[in-house]
Amino acid sequence: MDRMPAWADVVLVPLISVLLAAAISAIAIVLIGENPWEAFKIMVEGALMRSSGWGYTLYYATNFIFTGLAVSVAFHARLFNIGGEGQAVLGSLGVTLACLFIPWPHWTLAIIGSSVAAAAFGALWILIPAYLQAKRGSHIVITTIMFNFIAAALINYLLVNHLRPMGSMEPASAVFPAATHLPSFHDMFSFLGPKMFRGSPANVSFFLAVIASIGVWLLIWHTKLGYAIRSLGFSESGAKYAGISPVKIMIIALLISGGLSGLMGVNATQGEAERLILNSAEGAGFIGIAVALMGRNHPLGVFLASILFGFLYQGGAELAMWTSIPRELIVVIQALVILFTGALDNLVRWPLESLFVALRKKES
Amino acid sequence: MTLKTTFLGAAATALVMAATAAVAEPALIYDLGGKFDKSFNEAAYHGAEEWAKETGGKYKDIEISSEAQREQVLRRFAEEGFSPIITTGFSFSTPIANIAADYPDVKFVTIDGYVDPDGHPNVLSVLFKEEEGSYLVGMLAAEKSTTGTVSFVGGMDIPLIRKFACGYAQGAKAAKPDIKVVANMIGTDPSAWNDQLKASELTKAQIAQGSDVIFAAAGASGLGVLQTAADENVYGIGVDSNQNYLHPGHVLTSMLKRVDLAVKEAMTEGEDLKTGVKIEGLAEDGVGYAMDDNNADLITDAMKTSVADAKAKIISGEIKVHDYSADNTCPALDF
Repeated sequence: MDRMPAWADVVLVPLISVLLAAAISAIAIVLIGENPWEAFKIMVEGALMRSSGWGYTLYYATNFIFTGLAVSVAFHARLFNIGGEGQAVLGSLGVTLACLFIPWPHWTLAIIGSSVAAAAFGALWILIPAYLQAKRGSHIVITTIMFNFIAAALINYLLVNHLRPMGSMEPASAVFPAATHLPSFHDMFSFLGPKMFRGSPANVSFFLAVIASIGVWLLIWHTKLGYAIRSLGFSESGAKYAGISPVKIMIIALLISGGLSGLMGVNATQGEAERLILNSAEGAGFIGIAVALMGRNHPLGVFLASILFGFLYQGGAELAMWTSIPRELIVVIQALVILFTGALDNLVRWPLESLFVALRKKES
Repeated sequence: MTLKTTFLGAAATALVMAATAAVAEPALIYDLGGKFDKSFNEAAYHGAEEWAKETGGKYKDIEISSEAQREQVLRRFAEEGFSPIITTGFSFSTPIANIAADYPDVKFVTIDGYVDPDGHPNVLSVLFKEEEGSYLVGMLAAEKSTTGTVSFVGGMDIPLIRKFACGYAQGAKAAKPDIKVVANMIGTDPSAWNDQLKASELTKAQIAQGSDVIFAAAGASGLGVLQTAADENVYGIGVDSNQNYLHPGHVLTSMLKRVDLAVKEAMTEGEDLKTGVKIEGLAEDGVGYAMDDNNADLITDAMKTSVADAKAKIISGEIKVHDYSADNTCPALDF
């Protein structure tokens, strides 16, 4: 940190990494016989130049913000929660039960109820892994990923045997009552024009994600609990010496993490699908890891990285629709972004650091 | 057209060309499993390719990669003027029902999904009587079995797969009332459709329980079932497409589900597509079992006659095959 100004650490390093990833993606696109510049234009036009494109980009971004925040909160305690997928699915289940079985008079009340249920179910799903980690030392990576499979099995069982409406072939719950439907961006911003955000799934839960980001920032850097979480992350023995109970803080940090993942259900299940479907988290739990890595576990970074990944998802859909670039290549591009921003971080950091050091020497 | 003189013919050609330019292209949207799943989606692709080859027509196709894209792709394709827009997989039924009214001039087809024709006049739902085809292969399995145990490997425990399993068990018990039917599912998340290793393990476990004929309804995972059955010298039964050729002599037959024909028909009808609900059973040749050189020696004449007899009785209504999805119960199998 002392070798490089903060802005370079937060902005320059990820930016250069993304550009490197883009360059290599362009080579891959050339190799399969397509024009990378055209592809880039289609992605930008489809994702950012139309309001409905933004509607999709922000919808995906909302999912990634929640799961990204979840990973970063756990990571501040040096715990690696890779069970975001399962916690999000359970959060969706909480949303579903709250929406189907409580007669809400209005969506403003319903979103409060469903958010509480989503966070509670998500937190509940990490409780056992958290306890096992804190008390028994069972590694959180192993237990949380195993809980993903248990979550998938549980949801499958509930949908097929209990929540599925009679006679429906689809393993999905009934559609939520109209009073619980969240206003989409199209409903909220149609005063700007009748076509604004038309047909796109972004909805009011995006603002819930913004609130959650601010909340996490306050929690981590401006509360006693956040201080305890960070000190535990830096040194467990140091935290113990300072009178912090590692067991308690570990469990609390993980519960918050699980709750944040669970909140994703408000966006995907109540905001978009308006019913519980089998595949409700669809990988956002894992994208959350990449988003947190790229955002350096800072809420603002997570927010920006989520928008980038939302852009990649929506731009990728446009590519699949209007070119013959296969959807697998989109995964390759995403993987390259993750590789460069996460795993190969030092590839950019070290040369940049020495550059700054050299510049500073010159000045002095 | 054949009676027209040369110069009229030239004018007619120009007219036809103008007409084709105005005709909307069909579009095909595959489910999350992807175009080349060697099973359901690929059958749809083959149907479309066959149509393109025969008519020289062009079509647009896309593999979606997330749930939110279902509605997105439907809308974008409808706005671009594609029609009919054909989708594979039951998960498209709800998105189609949500958006169909916004595009009254576009026709939508949901294969395996059901959209209420009241209120959705521009949607065709194509449903298959999987239970009828499975019943017949269940009979063949039971008659072929020497151990008195046959089995079923499904992809995921969803109603559609239970429908296959239930038909299979009914057929097996109709042929041999005291037969034991073992049924297992591979997994609980979408990876179950593409997990040949686990499919193979389950197959081995079923063989250990005495099964010597195994029916796989598990997408690409089914290839693992057929491979293991061949390795262990028992019989497998393929699904959706004719998979008899995969291991000649070890694939007893395949339960055919003619998704390819459904896609081809819809594309041929084009914009004149008749909407509503189409149910494809044995009577319509929408389902059936595959016979070719690869399994000719495996199926005896006695088996052929008894299955042909059952098929005629199902078509005439004398035998009623219970449909699991009608009331979520199965008389022949517990889930």
